[in-house]
Amino acid sequence: MNTSVRVHVSCDASALALGAGAIAQAIVAEADARGVAVELVRTGTRGLLWLEPLVEVVTPVGRVAYGPVTVADVRALFDADFLRGGAHASRLGAIEQHPFFARQQRLTFARVGLVDPRSVEDYVAHGGYRGLRNALAMESSDIVQAVIDSGLRGRGGAAFPTGIKWKTVHDAAASPPPSATGSEPSKYIVCNADEGDSGTFSDRMLMEGDPFCLIEGMTIAGLAVGAEQGYIYLRSEYPHAHRALEAALANARAAGWLGADVHGSGRRFELEVRLGAGAYICGEETSLLDSLEGKRGQVRFKPPLPAIKGLFGRPTVINNVISFASVPIILERGATYYRDYGVGRSRGTLPIQLAGNLKYTGLVELAFGVSLRELLYDYGGGSYSGRPIRAVQVGGPLGAYLPESQFDTPLDYEAFSAVGAMLGHGGIVAFDDTVDLFEQARYAMEFCAVESCGKCTPCRIGSTRGVEVLDRIGAGIERAKNLALLDDLCETMRHGSLCALGGLTPDPVVSALKHFPEDFAARTAGAGG
Amino acid sequence: MQSLPLKPPRSRIHAADLSADEFAAVEAALGAHRGRPGALLPILHAIQDVLGWIPPGAVALVAQDLNQTRAEVHGVVSFYHHFRSTRPGRHVVRLCRAEACQALGARALEAHAKRALGIDFHQTTADGAITLEPVYCLGNCGCGPSLLVDADELHARVTPDAFDALVRRARGNGA
Repeated sequence: MNTSVRVHVSCDASALALGAGAIAQAIVAEADARGVAVELVRTGTRGLLWLEPLVEVVTPVGRVAYGPVTVADVRALFDADFLRGGAHASRLGAIEQHPFFARQQRLTFARVGLVDPRSVEDYVAHGGYRGLRNALAMESSDIVQAVIDSGLRGRGGAAFPTGIKWKTVHDAAASPPPSATGSEPSKYIVCNADEGDSGTFSDRMLMEGDPFCLIEGMTIAGLAVGAEQGYIYLRSEYPHAHRALEAALANARAAGWLGADVHGSGRRFELEVRLGAGAYICGEETSLLDSLEGKRGQVRFKPPLPAIKGLFGRPTVINNVISFASVPIILERGATYYRDYGVGRSRGTLPIQLAGNLKYTGLVELAFGVSLRELLYDYGGGSYSGRPIRAVQVGGPLGAYLPESQFDTPLDYEAFSAVGAMLGHGGIVAFDDTVDLFEQARYAMEFCAVESCGKCTPCRIGSTRGVEVLDRIGAGIERAKNLALLDDLCETMRHGSLCALGGLTPDPVVSALKHFPEDFAARTAGAGG
Repeated sequence: MQSLPLKPPRSRIHAADLSADEFAAVEAALGAHRGRPGALLPILHAIQDVLGWIPPGAVALVAQDLNQTRAEVHGVVSFYHHFRSTRPGRHVVRLCRAEACQALGARALEAHAKRALGIDFHQTTADGAITLEPVYCLGNCGCGPSLLVDADELHARVTPDAFDALVRRARGNGA
C-alpha cells in the first residue's frame, strides 16, 4: 500500500515506564524491514494503564487497539495484518467501547490519548481553542461569570469556587506598586502543577497528553482577569511533562496562540514553565508563590489572599492544572453544560485516579456522585494482588484511611467531608489486607517531618514527636498515656498550623487509629515494653 | 549613602573553590537566567543539570551575582530536596517511598535496595556508581513500585530482581 497507516503509541511517562518506547521503535523497525509505510504518532495515554503499552491503529473502520504489547509481539502483529485491524491475542477493538472507558464522561480528558500532544493543528482539529475563540469575543466580566455559573471548584484539593477567585483578581486594582517600572506585569496567572500527592497523576497525564488544553485554560484566565503573564510551576519529578509543555508552548507561540497578539486579537498573553525542586510543600499555593519568587518555599500568612497580593505582590490567579483545563469546555459549551454534571455543590466531572493495589488502574473521569465501591470494584476490578481490599486512602498523603464500611461514600466534596475524609485531587490508593495501618500512620508523621517548611512549630516539631509517640505506642510503652498524648498532639497540629500539611497530617493518623485499632496493639517485635 | 566596593572580584574569591568546568557552568547558568524574575531556582537547576550538584563555591558566586547573602542562597539550596550539596555517583536512583507504591511493595523494595547497595538514602556506593535517593511520588501511581534513574528513565512495577538488573546495567555502562 502507498498511503501510510497511522499507528499511535503513547509517550506518557507511565506508558514509557511500561515499555512503550521500545514498542514504538520495534514497530518502526519492523515496518522499515517490510517496506510498509507507517506514520507513528506519539500520543498521551488513554488512561487504561494495565493495557500499556497500548498500540492503536487508525483503520477505515476506526481505531483498533492492541495491548498490552511486548516487543516480542510486534512481528506477530505485522503477520496478523494489524495495520488493517487483523486478529491477534492482544486485540482489544475500539477503546471507546472498552468497559473501563465506555461509561466514562470525558470532558477535561476528551482529547488525552487521542491527539498528538505536540501539534496545535491536531488540537484545533479536535475542538481545541473553541473556548478561547468565544472568550475573545466576550467581556472579561462575562468570562468570569461563566466560570462562576459553571460551579467549577478548585480541583487541586481545596475545592474553592474557581470563578469567585477569578472575580477577586478581576476586581483587584492593577496599578503597580510605586517601585515598579511600567513594563512589569500587573497581574499574574499561575498554574499549580506541583502534583505531589501520592496516588495522583491526572495533572501529569493531561500535561503530557493534551498540554494545549492547559495553555488554553490559562490564556482564558488571563483574558478574564486582565493578566498578561502566566507561569506553570511544574514539579521537577515530572521530566516528561516538562518536555511536553515546552514543546507545546513553543508551538502555540509559533502558531500565534500565545504572545503579543493572541490569535490576532491584539491581546497579549505570555506563558512559561518554572520547575520546582522536590518540595511537597510547594503544592501549597503561598509556598509555591515564594518558590516562584526564588525563595525557600515557606507558607505565607493569609490574608492577604494571593488574589489580592500574590506573585511579586500582585493580584494572582493560582489554580490547579485540572481547574484550568476544565475552563475551555465551559467557555466552549457554556456554563450550564458543565454544571449539569455532578451532584449537590460538586458540579462537573472529576478526573479520578485509581492507584495502588488495584487490578485495573488509571484515569476515570466521571461526574461527581459515583461511589468509592463502584470505582474500586467495577472500574478497578478489586485488588491487584487478589487479596481483599482492606483500606483506601483518598486525597493524597493528608487524606484519611477509609475502611470497607465507608466504601459506599459518594465522590462529592461534602459527602467526604461528612465522614471525616477529603476528596482532594481525586487520587484513590487501595491497600490489600497485608497493609499495616500502624505503619501507615507512622509514615504520615514521618512524611510531614520530611516535608514541613518549618514555619509552624506544631508541624515542624509535632511531626517528629508524632513519630516518637507512635513508636512508644507500638512498643507498648505506657500505652494509655501515649494514646492520649497522640490525640492531644494531633489536635495541636490541626489547629496550630497555618496550612494543610500540618493541619491535615492528623487525618490519616486519626482515621487509621479509629478504624483499624487492632493494628495499634503492641508490636511483637517492638523493642522494650 | 554611597555603597563601597567591598566585594572582591568574582574570579578571585572562587578560583580556589571551583574547577574551571564548574566555574564555567555557574557562569553559564548566571548568564542564561540572571535577568529573569525569581531567577534563583532556574539558576540552581541549570548548575545542577550540568554538574550533578551545587558545589559550595557556587553558592557564593550566585549570591554575589544576585546581590543576595550566601545564607539566603544556601537556605534555598538546603530547603529543596532536589538540590544536592554533595557530589553524586555516576548514576542517581530515586526510589519512590509514597503510599501508592507502598501498596505494591515499595517498603520491601526499599529495604532490598539499601541492602543490595550497602548504603542508606543520600549515600553513594563505594565504587561511585550509584547514589540512592528517596522521592515522594513520581506520578506513576498506577503501576508501582516506581523508580527514576538519572534524569528521566522511569521504571514501573519494579521487583527486587528488576532492581538488581537495573543496577547491574547502570554499573556496566560506567558513564
